[in-house]
Amino acid sequence: MKIWINGLEKEVEKDCLLARLITEMEIEGRFAVEINGEIIPRAFFQSRIILENDKLEIVTAVGGG
Amino acid sequence: MFASGGLKKKIMKTYQELNTNTMKKKQKKKGDDLLEVGSYQFSSRLMVGTGKYKDIDEARQAIVASGAEVITVAVRRVNIGQDKDSPNLLDVFPTSEFTMLPNTAGCYDANTAIRTCLLARELMDGHSLVKLEVLGDERTLYPNVIETISAAKTLCEDGFEVWVYTTDDPIVAIELEDIGCSAIMPLAAPIGSGLGIQNRYSIRSIVENSNVPVIVDAGVGTASDASVAMELGCDGVLMNTAIAGAQKPVLMASAMRKAVSAGREAYLSGRIPKKPYASASSPIDGKFFD
Repeated sequence: MKIWINGLEKEVEKDCLLARLITEMEIEGRFAVEINGEIIPRAFFQSRIILENDKLEIVTAVGGG
Repeated sequence: MFASGGLKKKIMKTYQELNTNTMKKKQKKKGDDLLEVGSYQFSSRLMVGTGKYKDIDEARQAIVASGAEVITVAVRRVNIGQDKDSPNLLDVFPTSEFTMLPNTAGCYDANTAIRTCLLARELMDGHSLVKLEVLGDERTLYPNVIETISAAKTLCEDGFEVWVYTTDDPIVAIELEDIGCSAIMPLAAPIGSGLGIQNRYSIRSIVENSNVPVIVDAGVGTASDASVAMELGCDGVLMNTAIAGAQKPVLMASAMRKAVSAGREAYLSGRIPKKPYASASSPIDGKFFD
């Protein structure tokens, strides 16, 4: 099924867990996740199932003023 | 909202008390001269951004040289599949050494700014300190005050400690304080412009009216600009481009550290009044010549 991660289209397996997606994409370190505008606390990564057309934003801290 | 009776009374009162009020307030904590902002205490009055450096090593060196304890960071998408080995900002600037001030840079409406703050709080394990900036236009990066006020209300109600970037408008500053912002951050000049304080009388009025710290944010170009801000009675100065964009950022960071301290001490010293004519420093009496 098709989902969107940080504005890019991606094909993933149906009923993919958020935690698995993060591992597969090798996203490490400090980050926060939002799905369809809703923040997903870290504690829910293991239980949150990604649905078709979900829009994920995965963010971190970068240099800024 | 802006013309409420209480607000007018407040302005009148503060104008009557003028200087004396701010001097008394600021001199209470003599010894260490700590800066208290909301639930935080700092010994450095210089806050710096982490953007625009050549690389993260230069950023680290300059920021250490600045003596800053508060550093601003932006919230952006992770680079998926890129620079996996490059160090994360949060590792280079650990929270054991620095207080993180995530900003809402690049946000042009209240909702986007609020969303950014929520993500920042999640990213930083519940750390609820934010620098709210809602911009109005790309050319000037001037604050959109209407959206800023709207976002500030929501964020303060949601338990954030809001340091708010705003125009150098004394009435807006009072509104933002009334909403519950813990620091008012008027611009000296447009972000990254290096023009220095354009309206020192407005900044002065904001300081005189304010019961929360006033931190000049944006527009500083060189050390004397930072000193002027502090001499006007501001509680601190926040800058990024003035240091990161200098030819020698580490040296400029050191200059800014001294400029902020010098300006602060000059402010606390109580400067001499300006006079149109001379006043001799050596005695007139005892001259042995005519």
